[in-house]
Amino acid sequence: MSIKLEHVNYIYSADTAYEKQALKDICLEIPHGQFVGIIGHTGSGKSTLIQHLNGLIRATSGTVYYNGENIYADGYNMKELRSQVGLVFQYPEHQLFEVDVLKDVCFGPKNQGFSEKECEERAREALKLVGLKEKYYEQSPFELSGGQKRRVAIAGVLAMCPKVLVLDEPTAGLDPKGRDEILDQIAYLHKTSDMTVILVSHSMEDIAKYVDRIIVMNHGEVMFDDVPKRVFSHYKELESVGLAAPQVTYIMHELKENGLDVSVHATTIEEAADEIMAAVTKKEKTE
Amino acid sequence: MIRDITIGQYYPANSRIHRLDPRVKIVCTLLYLISLFMFKSIIGYLLATLFLVCVVRLSTVPVKYILKGLKPIIMLLMITVLFNLFLTPGGRLLFHFGPLKITEQGLNTAVYMAIRLIYLIMGSSLMTLTTTPNALTDGLESLLKPLGHLNVPVHEIAMMMSIALRFIPILLEETDKIMKAQIARGADLESGNIIQKAKALVPILVPLFVSAFRRANDLAMAMEARCYHGGEGRTKMKPLIYKGRDYAAYAVTIAYVAISFVAGRYIPFKIWIF
Repeated sequence: MSIKLEHVNYIYSADTAYEKQALKDICLEIPHGQFVGIIGHTGSGKSTLIQHLNGLIRATSGTVYYNGENIYADGYNMKELRSQVGLVFQYPEHQLFEVDVLKDVCFGPKNQGFSEKECEERAREALKLVGLKEKYYEQSPFELSGGQKRRVAIAGVLAMCPKVLVLDEPTAGLDPKGRDEILDQIAYLHKTSDMTVILVSHSMEDIAKYVDRIIVMNHGEVMFDDVPKRVFSHYKELESVGLAAPQVTYIMHELKENGLDVSVHATTIEEAADEIMAAVTKKEKTE
Repeated sequence: MIRDITIGQYYPANSRIHRLDPRVKIVCTLLYLISLFMFKSIIGYLLATLFLVCVVRLSTVPVKYILKGLKPIIMLLMITVLFNLFLTPGGRLLFHFGPLKITEQGLNTAVYMAIRLIYLIMGSSLMTLTTTPNALTDGLESLLKPLGHLNVPVHEIAMMMSIALRFIPILLEETDKIMKAQIARGADLESGNIIQKAKALVPILVPLFVSAFRRANDLAMAMEARCYHGGEGRTKMKPLIYKGRDYAAYAVTIAYVAISFVAGRYIPFKIWIF
């Protein structure tokens, strides 16, 4: 159960004046069950990359394997792939169309060929997972607030019970509270199911807390691909491509430079607090 | 997918032709198109070819792009040529097969019509290839300003045109995105009979309409917030001002029209091989 990309290249509007190479020789392997963050500046190719994962975009050259099968092979069941690899687009609330929330979430399972009863069961389950209150189920999705709409849209993909969940900037345009709620919910989902989760973002702060692995994209190429703390240790290079490590990284580096014996690898506020406490108590003891 | 459809076929470059005032390009294109229909002899067409070749070279637009514009008129071109070729009476009879007759006059007209049509398309695509849609609307607005005295709402028409043009790529992109999002949710847009296909479009059209209205609303709000109140007394950030090169372009075009008019009409110059 893995996704593997081999030498994937993608060129937008090939053979026109607007030709642009969006992906350059991408080689990646995402094993099952991993929580991966893909990060990059606007236009770095992250959205293009994830659309390759469920075959919405066909690579100009290179191959994509899902569970060892070449998805570009003749007769490969793309529909099946798309129900296994669920993709939540940026601003997914713009895709809502049904008369009520429940029906909208049923759209995915219905396309998968489930009976009406099963669809509704799955939809209710998915809506519960994203934490939408039951009183909204019968409402028109257009009457909900932005954050609620986003939950409905994410539920629309979750209802298809994907094995891999890909989210493109799921927190764009949400307030800090809505952002944390959605991210916590996704992390909880990942913990309680055996889903692979791929989270695309341009904010390190957002994903540092949750993911096992960070892939940094720059100009269509993979710049770093490692566990968060090792990626953040390149914070100078990250800055040069318009990204930044979490603020914690900067604080830890500065503390260290100024003589406090802390590990610079803390990535979250909690970790940093523990580190600093430990270092301070140690210092007091020696003094 | 849908992104490949290009409407408004601007070719970005920074050539002498690209830099010309849009009004110059509109007027000169018009003059050129008119000139194509004035000639009676081959010398006029030679001059027209020369002029077109020079402008194409100056524009740095690859010839491939200019010829692309001819694709949609191939049928029309064939029909025109065939009808003119076989149905024009007059002149020496060159060839006949049953009821099909080709006369000297017919051959002449067919060739001229073909050249006219091809140059017509090439000339006008050259204009759209070298002028952004917005510059084109600006130029049109400025040229049509006199109609304002006849109570034609020139500014409003131009504004609507530029908004519509601006929205085409946005809505195309939006459609692409929504289509992909619904395909990712398992929507099947291809198979099924016509009713099923129409039904399959609902999940795309509803969000698209919602988004179009939302965008229109946002735009109206943004315009109002900037005190937009129609054309009255409105000035431009980048007003169109003729520069030296624009006068030069006018002079060259007018000289071309004059010379080719005289040469094409009054110098009897025929090189028919047969």
